[in-house]
Amino acid sequence: MSAALNPARRGALTIDNAVKIYDPEGARVLAVDHCSLHIPAGEICMIVGPSGCGKTTLLNAIAGFHDLDEGSIHLDGRMLCGPGRPKAEVGPDRIVVFQNGALFPWKTNLDNVAFGPMVQKRLSRAAARDKARQLMAEAGLSGYENSYPGEISSGLRRRVEIVRALMNDPTILLLDEPYRALDALTKSVMHEALLETYYRTGITIFFITHDLEEAIFLGHRVVIMTSRPCRPKLIMDVDIPHPRDYTVLTSKRFRELVHATEAAVHEEALKSFALGEKEG
Amino acid sequence: MNSEQILPVSHRDLAARRGASPWRMLARFRRYRRACMSFAIFLGIWQLGTTGKSWLGHPIPILCQAPSPGAVLAAWGQLVLEPAYWQSWYLSFTRVALGFLAAASVGIPFGLMIAISPLFRGMIFPVFELLRPIPPLAWVPASIIFWPTQELSIDFVIFLGAFYTIVINVVGGAANIDARLIQAARSMGGSRWNIFRRLVLPGVIPSICVGLETGIGITWEVVVAAEMISGGGAGGSGGASGGLGFFIWNSYIGGSYPDIVVGMISIGIAGYLSSAAMRFAASKATPWLRER
Repeated sequence: MSAALNPARRGALTIDNAVKIYDPEGARVLAVDHCSLHIPAGEICMIVGPSGCGKTTLLNAIAGFHDLDEGSIHLDGRMLCGPGRPKAEVGPDRIVVFQNGALFPWKTNLDNVAFGPMVQKRLSRAAARDKARQLMAEAGLSGYENSYPGEISSGLRRRVEIVRALMNDPTILLLDEPYRALDALTKSVMHEALLETYYRTGITIFFITHDLEEAIFLGHRVVIMTSRPCRPKLIMDVDIPHPRDYTVLTSKRFRELVHATEAAVHEEALKSFALGEKEG
Repeated sequence: MNSEQILPVSHRDLAARRGASPWRMLARFRRYRRACMSFAIFLGIWQLGTTGKSWLGHPIPILCQAPSPGAVLAAWGQLVLEPAYWQSWYLSFTRVALGFLAAASVGIPFGLMIAISPLFRGMIFPVFELLRPIPPLAWVPASIIFWPTQELSIDFVIFLGAFYTIVINVVGGAANIDARLIQAARSMGGSRWNIFRRLVLPGVIPSICVGLETGIGITWEVVVAAEMISGGGAGGSGGASGGLGFFIWNSYIGGSYPDIVVGMISIGIAGYLSSAAMRFAASKATPWLRER
């Protein structure tokens, strides 16, 4: 499935023995401990773990916002960070969509979407806006071009942000609990919209969440992380065929998969709770 | 309710309709009606207080000494015919405009420098924070000594009044820009200059507007006091040509109490007009924050 959608087979991500230690005032906190994970090109890989388990640390290392203390990360065979280069360079090949959104409030939705290619000087302002208009139309966002992000619902904002990410023609999308703040009904609409985007582009998706059902509904694979330090505890292939729609949520297989993983997630949540981790 | 209103409409349609709805127009009228009532009540109490002088045998504070609204209006009617009165307006307005523009054009870049350069901040901010608590009026004597003309010394004191507020707001606004916006812009390949121009600059505009709005209010407080203390600046001593602050002072010396109140109300109007102008400019400069 994914091979057919992503013929260039871009976006294979390999995390090898990643270690990250936070050291505020000498209190060495092991956030990520020898974490290894391979995500093939065109996969939707869902990372599940309780709040504060270190998932976002991993994402920040991939995006280049933070460094790693040990280990390496490769994207399509190219080393992002590793020995001799602890911090990956930030680049438009890996775009992050944040939990609370990061649209620029003073730009219209259209100018937000057009931002990347314009500042990279890949496209002129007019060409970037044309392409932005076209991508917004494909994502069903026509009519919102000239509104400001503050004028539309948070669900729509998140969709605009994903379109803005796609404008940069990224190799991989890094989603950090993008739907966390949304209500359950909006969430299910957002999930189908994301899948629809995926079926159009076949882009590799690294998706962090604490919502197990969201993970199973969207992902080809679900990686359940241990809490502090973060490392894969359980990796499960979701054998529900794509394309999926909301009816999957009530299917027998879906419920079985939830049951099979629930205990593992609960155990880590308890650990995290005992450690007194803050949400977010 | 007619059938048209029951049809499903998107929130954009609703937003478009809102402007013309009769309900909205009524609400607007109601607001003006309330404003008129509030003025009427204010004037009524003032009139009653100045004619009655006492309440249950006790003199009414302030009002029993004050000229009545009628006397003030009569004095005002006289004054608007005198060029000297308008000269006061003109002088105070020019001073406010000069001091305020100088404060904005120095304060905004200064605040941005503090916000983006740790070196500049480290070197300048401690001294800035030491000077900031000194009230602008405490500068009046020193300023009169330092500056070659009285006019410049008044302008300088006004400048100080607005300057600190503007700088503090710019610095605070820049610090409040969401770090994720910067990360997002960097991800999308924004250079340092791009991030400054497209993120930091628009990001601080709302705070700049708040700073300017507060700042212009302070300039009116300062100009009046500075004119009183310095004796009216360049146009001083002769009649009422030393600005509105000096006009009030002069009326006090001359014993024409209705003129004092005219001066006070004039400053109220002038301050309101400047703040309203700033608010209008602010809403033009921040279209993404407009009421919706």
